[in-house]
Amino acid sequence: MSKTAESMTAEAIPLLAVRDLTVAFATRRGTVRAVERVSISVGKGETLAIVGESGSGKSVTSYAVMRILDRAGRVAEGSVTFSGVDVRNAPERAVRDLRGREMSMIFQNPRAALNPIRKVGRQIEDVLLQHVQAVPSDAKAKAIEALRQVRIARPEERYHAYPFELSGGMCQRVVIALALACQPQLLIADEPTTGLDVTTQKAVMDLVVELTRARGMSTILITHDLGLAAAYCDRVVVMEKGKVVETAPAKQIFKAPEHPYTKKLMRATPRLGVTLRDLLPTDVAATGAAPAPPAPDAAREPLLEVVNLIKEYPRQAASGGMSKLFGRRAGNPDDATFRAVGGISFAIARGESVGLVGESGCGKSTTSTMVMRLIDKTDGLIRFDGIDIGDIPANKFATLPLRKRIQMVFQDPTDSLNPRFTAARAIADPLMRLGGLAGRDAVRARCEELARKVGLPTELLDRFPHQLSGGQKARVGIARAIALSPELVILDEPTAALDVSVQAVVLNLLQDLKASLGMSYLFVSHDLNVVRLLCDRVIVMQSGKIVEQGPTERVLGAPQTGYTRALIAAIPHPPI
Amino acid sequence: MLRQTGKRLITAIPSLIGVIVVTFLLTRVLPGDTAAYFAGPAATPQAIAEVRAKLGLDQPLPKQFVRYVRDLAHGDFGTSLTTGQPVISDIASRLPASAELTLLGLVIAMAIAVPLGILAAVRQGSLIDHACRIVATAGVSLPVFFTGLLLVYAFYFLLGWAPAPLGRLDVFYTPPPQVTGFYLIDSLLARDLALFRACLAPLILPAATLAIFSLAPIARMTRAAMLSVLASDFVRTARANGLAPHRVIVTYAFRNAMLPVVTTLGMVFSFLLGANVLVEKVFAWPGIGSYAVEALIASDYAPVQGFVLTMAVLYVLLNLAIDLLYGVIDPRVRIEA
Amino acid sequence: MSGAMRMEPGAVAAPAPPAKQTSLLSHARHVIGENPVTGLAFGLFVLLALCALLGPAIAPYDPLASDVAAKLQAPSLHHWFGTDEYGRDILSRVMVAARLDLGIAIFSVALVFALGGVSGVAAGFFGGWTDLIVGRIADTIMAFPLFVLAMGIVAALGNTVTNIVIATAIINFPLYARVARAEANVRRDAGFVQAARLSGNGELRIVLTQVLPNVMPIMVVQMSLTMGYAILNAAGLSFIGLGVRPPTPEWGIMVAEGAGNIISGEWWIALFPGAALMLAVFCFNLLGDGLRDIVDPQRRT
Repeated sequence: MSKTAESMTAEAIPLLAVRDLTVAFATRRGTVRAVERVSISVGKGETLAIVGESGSGKSVTSYAVMRILDRAGRVAEGSVTFSGVDVRNAPERAVRDLRGREMSMIFQNPRAALNPIRKVGRQIEDVLLQHVQAVPSDAKAKAIEALRQVRIARPEERYHAYPFELSGGMCQRVVIALALACQPQLLIADEPTTGLDVTTQKAVMDLVVELTRARGMSTILITHDLGLAAAYCDRVVVMEKGKVVETAPAKQIFKAPEHPYTKKLMRATPRLGVTLRDLLPTDVAATGAAPAPPAPDAAREPLLEVVNLIKEYPRQAASGGMSKLFGRRAGNPDDATFRAVGGISFAIARGESVGLVGESGCGKSTTSTMVMRLIDKTDGLIRFDGIDIGDIPANKFATLPLRKRIQMVFQDPTDSLNPRFTAARAIADPLMRLGGLAGRDAVRARCEELARKVGLPTELLDRFPHQLSGGQKARVGIARAIALSPELVILDEPTAALDVSVQAVVLNLLQDLKASLGMSYLFVSHDLNVVRLLCDRVIVMQSGKIVEQGPTERVLGAPQTGYTRALIAAIPHPPI
Repeated sequence: MLRQTGKRLITAIPSLIGVIVVTFLLTRVLPGDTAAYFAGPAATPQAIAEVRAKLGLDQPLPKQFVRYVRDLAHGDFGTSLTTGQPVISDIASRLPASAELTLLGLVIAMAIAVPLGILAAVRQGSLIDHACRIVATAGVSLPVFFTGLLLVYAFYFLLGWAPAPLGRLDVFYTPPPQVTGFYLIDSLLARDLALFRACLAPLILPAATLAIFSLAPIARMTRAAMLSVLASDFVRTARANGLAPHRVIVTYAFRNAMLPVVTTLGMVFSFLLGANVLVEKVFAWPGIGSYAVEALIASDYAPVQGFVLTMAVLYVLLNLAIDLLYGVIDPRVRIEA
Repeated sequence: MSGAMRMEPGAVAAPAPPAKQTSLLSHARHVIGENPVTGLAFGLFVLLALCALLGPAIAPYDPLASDVAAKLQAPSLHHWFGTDEYGRDILSRVMVAARLDLGIAIFSVALVFALGGVSGVAAGFFGGWTDLIVGRIADTIMAFPLFVLAMGIVAALGNTVTNIVIATAIINFPLYARVARAEANVRRDAGFVQAARLSGNGELRIVLTQVLPNVMPIMVVQMSLTMGYAILNAAGLSFIGLGVRPPTPEWGIMVAEGAGNIISGEWWIALFPGAALMLAVFCFNLLGDGLRDIVDPQRRT
């Protein structure tokens, strides 16, 4: 039974009490304070969320609690008291006993968190034996039982499995089993679902909450997703730049946030019942009314038509490389080829914004890459403005004038910019190759014009990517994509790598650009909330096929297939 | 497991073919008249013509190659002009000396370098860490023949601890009865401890030279691999779960770090087999390295060809063994997904 | 668009990258200042380069002039490094030998950089047949212990300095090809390369303008490290009598000449050229490490 914040009286001693914690790191530029005077308390059986964007210090705080800080970091001030023990000053031996037995932690990227050359069952045994929760004779049985409790099917067989043989979701379950093996009092979960599909995310979070509530455990959930935090936790602590800005019960944080940063964060979280403009901070949103987007022109023939598009890859004889790539076990080992995209058809009208959603391995990225003509199709038809572009080989397409009309914004802003090119040079590249502009001045002028359009200060044009922030790099990528005034822009998860407040700004920018430049969008994403805000129509894919497509409101409001319903149900709903 | 071994053996075949082709080409690239080279500097035109006919050097190249491969298959590596013996028997008799030296050097190197690398990584920034890095950088910079000479000067000339670098065994002793060809093992098998000590004494300096030479890359790679593994996510998980330090270091970190180290061993063997030649020259060690060097000076080509071929085949087999070892350690390679 | 503009101040005030981009030179100075060992290596390099360039001009004696009366003298004021069996001044010989040893190393490294670098990048970027052929060649070379192969090549081609350069280049080819291939392979599917395709760049242009400049720094570091290995290789070959012939002064052959004298205690004949070898290789290895810090753009400022 969980206790909520209201029922905790001032006299109740919290399980974990962090007071005025300050953590400093020694870097090349001197000492940096990653966390400053942070105070947090977690009661018995309580689920607490620590929410913040990158650089907020949320992970560092939890590392300090577990005393597993990097060599360069140390606790400069403050205290950490766990179950009455002064963690900061206790001898290493004592803290090691606490770790795993009384408080444990699970991390992001589950497969990397497991020893790749040791059977998962043995790894669980190691923890059990270390904390004297088992003796060598019954360790195996207890390890199998631990696997069973995290809902891993056929645990006796899975005991002998190596991490590379398991899927991402299963690896995360094993990591949870490791953390809970010795029945600790506190579980710290550091971004445990980042990188996982939304249905897997729901399964993992439900499992964690169920197991911890059943055992009366306290949980700390560290996340950047305010919606996730509010949906699963009792109380929420919001951190910004190393400081705690607000602590409040989950129900309150969405309805009545007090601190301006919390308000900004809350507003920026994509959710039901808001428009794009509502994501922006109130002072900005009020001033700029959204330009009315022109209605998609359904009368003319569609800008892009895809008919029965197929993409097959030859299956590698040795380790099913492709199957690992697509996050699932090889289906039929006898098949000579793997169908990434198995015959899909859709169209995009001029001025329309279409969302392409699905979980990892569904084929959405392959589809968008084929439409971009970066890879060749196996079969099917791709027609752009009436011209069959599917038959033109990918390596020939680059130098054709048609190239100008279809452009792309990439997912990872860091990876998509040449580290040796300045921002200006990156934006100028398409202008010089296909833009028909001659002379450095003409190119520079156009670069500055584009920078202004995407809201990038022109003095940043001469910087290198490593000197720009995530949001700035995203803008450079967008400027480059619209440089040639394309008609169709494909956006492959363009905001996935950005903080939620930056994402709000970039999404609005994309919407405004689309309206003013009259472009069509194909928006590939796994995030249904974002798609709901930006797209007119939605296509849902699964295992290389289209499961459902139609107007956004209809598909997301009244889905007609079980898969779509499962996807929507998996989105964490904050208590509004 | 057997299937894996079979598969690995098959991948060694292209390498062997490549080795045979290259050694064949090397002998045909000799400037001037190939027959004259094999006949020797003192040969008459008639003798040269005989050699040409005997070696089939007047035939078209493909036919020569077939003949070459056939000869190899029969163990015919040619005849040495200086010893008058078939090259293959010369090599066979001298191989154990080189093998004993190289193996002892490698064993000493690993016994020092691996623990050094581990300690340096675990106690980063400490004295041991600095010592390791100095050893690694200096070891790579020292020419192996120079190290050998320095050791001779220090331990033979100045201190008198080591015997003169004049060969494998002092003339007063007779070698132990041949079982493996390794004097150390054979003398122990014959239960002759005095002989064992006598065999060990001349072996120490050259083995130490080789050890110092291979210490550097092994220590460097062990340290780098351990550092990388210690910073990995799964070690962080192991620590977060409270596992004892020695368990984390040995079972979790070290075993994973061994993977790149085993891979490096291939490269280390390549350097070691080459350094072997130089060390044998410095210490007048009667192995196949000095055999080849003497043959070179005497312009005797068949032994040189035999030497290159033998070393290459040995190296291919060593790499095969390393591949198999890697497969034993890393289940990802073993298990077909 | 005014809406987008007004979002500006809040959204872009992000983590503090510096306002001015520091130059290559000041960054170099910063790295050397931080790491004095790199500075030491750089100083050594200058010394070696001076010897190589000006050797014959600044050597106190003629390296080839023998003076039997003054043979086997220990280091003294007249002869700082002593004299050898033929009475030749060892200091002069060591200084003049720098030219030959460094020259061999530079030429072979340049050669293998061109051949190996180009093949490796082509193999990594284009894949297919190119990759197969380059891979086969590299694997065949790698099937031999490298020094042994060098011995075989020099024995086959003939005992000249040119052949040492060729042999050293051949045995280093697999390493360069492998490094270049790995780097090009990583870049092949990188986002910015895809973006370059979208911008209308043909494949060849992408290799030249996008991939090569990113691969260069790693190759330059590789070159510096291989210089050391090339010097050791050439010296090793000379030590066993291949490549350079007496009376040419070269560090390896000088050590060989002095090897016999070690037993009788005349240590200086082998020590000084050996020490020169060691210093040269040490210098290039440290330089390689320092270069990596300077050239990597991520570490700038």
